[in-house]
Amino acid sequence: MTYRSVAAPAPARLEWRVATVAQVRDETPRARTLVLDVPRWPGHRAGQHVDVRLVAEDGYQAQRSYSIASAPEEGLVALTVERLDDGEVSPYLCDVLRPGDGLEIRGPIGGYFVWDVAIGGPLSLVGGGSGIVPLMAMLRHRVLAGGVAAAGPPTRLLYSAKHWEELIYREELGRLAARGDVELSFTLTRETPVDWLGYRRRVDESMLAELIWPPAAMPHVFVCGPTAFVEVVATLLVRLGHEPTRVRTERFGPTG
Amino acid sequence: MQIEELRLDGNAAGGALREVFAWEMTSAIASCAGCGAAGPVATLLNYGHDMGVVLRCPRCDAAMMRIVITPGWIRLDASGIDLLMIPQSTSV
Repeated sequence: MTYRSVAAPAPARLEWRVATVAQVRDETPRARTLVLDVPRWPGHRAGQHVDVRLVAEDGYQAQRSYSIASAPEEGLVALTVERLDDGEVSPYLCDVLRPGDGLEIRGPIGGYFVWDVAIGGPLSLVGGGSGIVPLMAMLRHRVLAGGVAAAGPPTRLLYSAKHWEELIYREELGRLAARGDVELSFTLTRETPVDWLGYRRRVDESMLAELIWPPAAMPHVFVCGPTAFVEVVATLLVRLGHEPTRVRTERFGPTG
Repeated sequence: MQIEELRLDGNAAGGALREVFAWEMTSAIASCAGCGAAGPVATLLNYGHDMGVVLRCPRCDAAMMRIVITPGWIRLDASGIDLLMIPQSTSV
């Protein structure tokens, strides 16, 4: 008698690995992208994150999660980190870490707040502050997965930030919008530039009604950013008639 | 700052959950032993602290899972979960 395997194999244990910083890139005065070289990286899906662990000389450990900014197709792991003034980890990542330095990471992590072109659309992305990072991975994946011929599903992004200077990936988003790869809307909640044509208030019900695909279109909606932002937006979307199971959320905690 | 603003969700517990479970857990469906609500672990409210993780039901606030990782022991209290359905996903 012969036996055959029927069960899917359990995934390998997530191990901490030492990644090397290959490159750093300042995105805004407060946000920096770290491009990492990760040994034996298994690849990732757009929306996933890694855990980062810092160990001080006295053995004290600090751990945080950071969303992966790069698309799976790029074959590298890029993290965009926003500096929190009273943060324990972000000031080190933004101000101290240099190319050539090591960084302990674990990942990729996440099976819920993920999107691939295979999942389809229409796609509505709503980001507040650094919540744009996993959404950017989704947008980059949408462009790279399609290739020359195929267009990705219809996609809309609503990105809320306090100031224009804090809009991460501002130029790249502008290029994607100009090519028709995404319908882009920005809203600034503090001061706005003189010639500002975007929204100038916190995300509210009427803005969402205007900008998110209507519930009848059955969009996949991803909301990410500070906890208060995510909870308000998700509540409003359900109030507008969106199926709660089609509104996926990722909270980043208190705003910087 | 209100406690609510500090909370995360099950997404942030994904790494810790992989120390306990063999599979990606954020997409697992957990049923609350308190009120019966069922949903992805990613949607549970996460009041993390330095010692570990507490995941609460978004509907009734009952503690569904508590994980404390100490040297030599992982303490898991999942008594707040009636049923856990874990997708056997082969993706990364």
